[in-house]
Amino acid sequence: MNTTFYIAAFIALVATLLTITRTNGVHALLYLIVSLLAVAVVFYTLGAGFAAALEVIVYAGAIMVLFVFVVMMLNLGEKAEGREAQWIVPQIWIGPSILSAILALQLLLTLAHHTAWPLAQNVVPPQQVGIVLFGPYLLCVELASMLLLAALVGAYRIAHGERGIAS
Amino acid sequence: MMTVPVQHALFLAIILFALGVTGVLVRRNLLFILMSIEIMLNAAGLAFITAAARWGQADGQVMFLFVLTLAAAEVSVGLAVIIRIRHRLTTLDADAANLMHG
Amino acid sequence: MILLLVPALPLLASAILVLSEGRMSQRNIALVGVGAVVLSAVIATLIAITFLNQQEQSVALTLWQWVHIGNFAPTVSLYLDPLSLVMMLIVTIIGSLILLYAAEFMEGDEGYNRFFAYMDLFVAAMLVLVLAGDLLALFVGWEGVGLCSYLLIGFWYQDAANGLAARKAFIVTRIGDVGFMLALFLLFTQLHTLQIQTLLVQAPNSWAVGSLAATLTAALLLTGAIGKSAQVPLQTWLPDAMAGPTPVSALIHAATMVTAGVYLIARTHTLFLLAPAVLAAVGVIGTITLLVSAFAALNQSDIKRILAYSTVSQIGYMFLALGVGAWSAAIFHLMVHAFFKALLFLAAGAITMRLHHEQNIFRMGGLATRLPLAFWSFLIGSASLAALPLITAGFYSKDAILAAAWAPGGAARLLWLGGIVTAFVTALYIFRAVFVVFFGTAKTEVSGRYGWRVALPLTALSVLALVGGLVETPPVLGGAKIFSRLLAPVFGAAPPPAPVTLILFTSAISLLGLGLAYALYWRIGPRFAAWAARPAIAACRNFFYGGWAFDELYHALVVAPFLALVRVNRHDVIDRFYTGIAWTCRWLHRRLGALQTGQVRWYASWLAAGSVVTIAVAVLR
Repeated sequence: MNTTFYIAAFIALVATLLTITRTNGVHALLYLIVSLLAVAVVFYTLGAGFAAALEVIVYAGAIMVLFVFVVMMLNLGEKAEGREAQWIVPQIWIGPSILSAILALQLLLTLAHHTAWPLAQNVVPPQQVGIVLFGPYLLCVELASMLLLAALVGAYRIAHGERGIAS
Repeated sequence: MMTVPVQHALFLAIILFALGVTGVLVRRNLLFILMSIEIMLNAAGLAFITAAARWGQADGQVMFLFVLTLAAAEVSVGLAVIIRIRHRLTTLDADAANLMHG
Repeated sequence: MILLLVPALPLLASAILVLSEGRMSQRNIALVGVGAVVLSAVIATLIAITFLNQQEQSVALTLWQWVHIGNFAPTVSLYLDPLSLVMMLIVTIIGSLILLYAAEFMEGDEGYNRFFAYMDLFVAAMLVLVLAGDLLALFVGWEGVGLCSYLLIGFWYQDAANGLAARKAFIVTRIGDVGFMLALFLLFTQLHTLQIQTLLVQAPNSWAVGSLAATLTAALLLTGAIGKSAQVPLQTWLPDAMAGPTPVSALIHAATMVTAGVYLIARTHTLFLLAPAVLAAVGVIGTITLLVSAFAALNQSDIKRILAYSTVSQIGYMFLALGVGAWSAAIFHLMVHAFFKALLFLAAGAITMRLHHEQNIFRMGGLATRLPLAFWSFLIGSASLAALPLITAGFYSKDAILAAAWAPGGAARLLWLGGIVTAFVTALYIFRAVFVVFFGTAKTEVSGRYGWRVALPLTALSVLALVGGLVETPPVLGGAKIFSRLLAPVFGAAPPPAPVTLILFTSAISLLGLGLAYALYWRIGPRFAAWAARPAIAACRNFFYGGWAFDELYHALVVAPFLALVRVNRHDVIDRFYTGIAWTCRWLHRRLGALQTGQVRWYASWLAAGSVVTIAVAVLR
């Protein structure tokens, strides 16, 4: 099982790195899906089967499909790809990369400060998640549904165009 | 069963998050920026899941569900905005969308 | 408690007139405006009768405590003693006569309501001044009088010159007011009270005669008095104050305002006794003033300016009397002066209102037969001013002053000399006006007629100007001592009376002045005019005409340097600092605004950098 985790983690890292370096939107998106699937495997190895399933269905499924639709609608061609290649040059990416490297280093250091933690070996079954979700977190669920509704209406309105919006 | 150290899972989360940050900062294409934000959110979700596994509690997974919800909402609105920007500015260059400069 | 009504009634009337602006007919306005002061005069008279029939020598009435901060607890209190009684009667009675006259004089003026609101406030402020038992309350009245004089001098504000005159009066008197205020501070820090009677008792106990504190306080009080009473060197505002309507001039010159300085010194004379140097200065200032302004009056052509300079000169007499310690003589002259100066102004107003507001005496002439009422009033007033012997009130009061100046001997005789020269010049200048205005050929049409509201005050004041002096006469002429005996509780015994020869000499001097005026301006009028028109004489006369060039002097010494300073400092130095703050803010704003690039990635970079720093500080430390 350990091996599975490390392989999946490695795949996730590589796929993510490729995602942020691709010039072609569809390629990047595919790598992102790979990355998400790999993370889903990681979830499973951490004993969160329910979360892994949701990761595949919602993230890699629904959300990424949304991305694909948009990429198709935007119809980015060869020209856009060439432009992307021009944008990714060292003098542009070197600074931000150092910045985020420092950030990562800091976070890693915060963990390194502590002595080794016990191993994660608790499986949390879906029914327990469901009980908690609709128990103490019921109010948050309602809020989340409100958020989704608002996002739905907002996205519809924004994407619909400027008719009726005083600009 | 599972014997993955918690720290390793968290290392993965941190590195994924840092990659997401790099993506946001480096890419000029709004679509890629949105993807990078997805990566960051996902990394945060991973951290929650790890915590849930560490303590054997369901709360972490519940939080992941909320992160998921948030991501869905954010992506739908963000993509709508991207479509509008594409209409208005005929480009996806984030630097071109600087109408609110001081 | 009824004493409160005396200042309260005019104040109330003023408030009513202010609040009802434009909603009352002129008839009702006059009824309220004049009625209140007449009523307060009646009450004042009743109070006087009660007061004289009782044994007590003073009545104090504490109204309320003003503030209480530490040991600073001034009260608002009224204080009635013979001195304030006399002043109260003068203010209310003369005031009501002038207001009655004004009711007709101002008829048809569009500011009728405003005029009476100011006038009533003026009277109320003056009454607060004379009745105040506390120097702070007195100061309120003092400033109120200053404010009202400003408002009334600039009453016809549509003419810029009037506004200028009002500002001049306000600013010049303000110089004195600052001195007065400093005196208040000094008194409070030294004696810890502003209650006048307490002060007057404490001061001799705490301060030696001629001590620095006493001298300084008296000098500062004198500054205030000089400013208010238009004495040298702050006399320049009064001739310009003629810009106001004639009843205002009458009120300022006779009943209120300019007498305030004399009253202040008389009220605090104990302090001045502690500072002999300052007291001497009072006399010297008075003498210089009366000489300066008498010569200035001799060369004026505007009838109101003649009277204005004569007021300055007559107040100079009062200061002279104060300077030699003849307190009751000063107040006596104040009262008599109020009678004849009010009369003269009202008569002058009566002339001008029939001559289409012509004020130049050389465009009048021959009015004796055509305006008999004004003629006789003016003549009586002039006679009283010139102190024609026996028949006029002015004779008795001026005689008392000159006698008091003569009595001490020594250097004080110089003051007496100034007084006697001025007495001569006074007779000369006022009868010059009489001859020029009332005799000779008519030069301006006369129109209209007088109503009873003009005739009554003129008659009443004429009677007062003639017989008002009989309350105090020298021994050789009956020796009445009503006035000085009345004021004795405040001022102590009266100075010794004048020798008979002195009285005869004084009388001769004023008659001589009258005779010379007759000779120069009537008998040989044209030839004298030709002589006076010679360049050298004319230059001299111009100098006197301009009031001894005091205005030019002040312009050169004060106004011009100040203006130069202002011009140098046009871009305010202090302002630079605040402009600098504004400029820095704008600069920082632009710098910060530049951070708002509108670029999302830029913002995200800052977010990341901020996170790095925050984690570094908060977690890693």
